[in-house]
This record gives sequence, structure tokens and C-alpha cells, in this order.
Amino acid sequence: MSSVIELLLYLLLIASALVAINVKDLLAAAVTTSVFSFVIAILFIEMGAVDVGFTEAVVGAGVLGVYFIMMILRTTRRTED
Amino acid sequence: MKSVGVSPIVRLACRCMARLIQIFALYVIFHGHYSPGGGFQGGALLAAAVILIRIGEGRPVSQVELSSSATLGIGSFGALLFGGVGLLALLGGGNFLQYDALPSFGLSPVGLHYWGILVIELGVALAVMAILVSIFDVLTEDDESEG
Amino acid sequence: MLYVVRDLPPRGDVEAPLHAKSSEVGSPAAGTYYIESSYKDAGTDNIVTVVLADYRGFDTFGETVVVFAAGAACLLILRGRRRS
Repeated sequence: MSSVIELLLYLLLIASALVAINVKDLLAAAVTTSVFSFVIAILFIEMGAVDVGFTEAVVGAGVLGVYFIMMILRTTRRTED
Repeated sequence: MKSVGVSPIVRLACRCMARLIQIFALYVIFHGHYSPGGGFQGGALLAAAVILIRIGEGRPVSQVELSSSATLGIGSFGALLFGGVGLLALLGGGNFLQYDALPSFGLSPVGLHYWGILVIELGVALAVMAILVSIFDVLTEDDESEG
Repeated sequence: MLYVVRDLPPRGDVEAPLHAKSSEVGSPAAGTYYIESSYKDAGTDNIVTVVLADYRGFDTFGETVVVFAAGAACLLILRGRRRS
């Protein structure tokens, strides 16, 4: 049961990473990067590294997402490429 | 970030959540000896609470919470607190950050290790909090001057 | 890389060389020493905290200085561009 959940988390991790690098909308890319950070934090905690998972959840999913959204608000929302 | 466009529900949620996050951050810092957590995590949580107030309540309220001009000073103080403990141990005749060599106020060497770890965790927390908030400030500074 | 990964011990394996009392050449392993003596040395239950702040305190000091330097550089670059 636990390994099934772990496999689902890995699939979600890969899917969110692919979406984050392929999507045109930068706001969606920022949000999916936060999702990626959160899933990898859950995986860290599941492996027993609670400290690393804690840091990843706070910095990667929280503060970094706010920074990205702030920069998008100040610049443009569309990518050139 | 002007507070005009923010709905009252969001403002109330930010106000309640920020206090809870701050209490949890203090718990993480001071309970880091017994449970997962420590200076870096607690400092990041404190910064998240301050940033939440900056987003939800707008400039005038959040400047009372933590002034923009004070962040760099607090950050330096945190880093210097860490280095100061190390240098104090150096002055006491030990190596850098060797807590046994700190001046003991009636504490055993084990107690000195305990309190030394607590002080440097506080220094890390202050530095991380101030730096994260100052980066947020400098990213959002232009929006203020333009109105 | 995938070929090498197959030879790694599974996660949580007690018999892995990492958790041995001493390494193959006979020197004592660091992890076992920390687990055995961290509570005696610092009176703190959390081994991670003791390793981060006590045994490897200099690393943590460097980490704090790096975070501070990154923030200060960010501040200087963004403020400086705005002035000019």
C-alpha cells in the first residue's frame, strides 16, 4: 500500500516537472514548481529525512513561490519562446 | 501591494494565519533540540508569516511588524551572533565554536553545549528571516513608489 | 548511471556499509560515533541538531554567511539599478 502511494507521488513529481518546463503561462509554471517542491518534500519526509522535507516545504513551496509570483507581476506573464 | 483591492476575507485569513505561523515558528526554533526543526526552518517560517502580512494587510501595517530598513541590520545581527559565539569560544582558549571553552555561568560542559546550540540556532533564524523578508521587500519596492 | 544504481543497498538496510561500526580499512565510521555519543556530548535528543550545530558548526556558519551574502548582493544589485 505504501509503495503504491510512493509510486503515485513519483508520477506526480515527474508530471509536475514536465508541466512546469513546457507550459507557456509563467504563472502556471510558478504554481507547478510549487507543486513539485511540495511533492518532493512529502517524498523526503516519507524517506525519513524530516528536516530536509520541512525546509523544502517552507522555502520551496512557500517563499519561492511568492518570489516567482512577485516577479511575474512586475514583468510579463507570457514567455517569448 | 495596496490593501485596497484585497477582500476582507483574505485580510482576516492572513491576520489569523500569520499569528499561528509565528507561534509555530517559535516552537520549531526552541523545540529543535527534541524534534525535527531548527534555526533555518524556524527562520523561514517567521519570514513566511511576515510576507503573508505584507501581502494581506498592505504596507502601513506590515512596516510596524518589521520595518524594511531594519531587515539588513537584523540579518547582520543574526550572522554576527553566530560568529560571536564562535569567537567567544576562541577567546576562551578553545577552537572556533568549541562550546566547552565558553565562559561558563555555573554550567557543566554539557549544559554549555546545550545553550550554545540554542544561541546559534537563534542567530541562524534571525539571519534567514531578515534576508528572506529583505529580498521580498526589494522585489516589491517599485510598486509602492508608483502607487 | 542506472547500471551502478542497481548495486546500491536498498533504503533502510541495516547491513549496509554506511551503518557499519567501522569502515573496511578499520577506521571508525562517523555515523555510528555520532549516534552513540551525541546525547552524552550535548544533552540534546535530536542527533541532526547536534551534528548541524555542534560537530559541523563551521559548515552551518558558512551556510548562514552564504545566505546573508546572497541577500545583500540581491539588495545591492536591485537597488543600484533603480538609482541609475
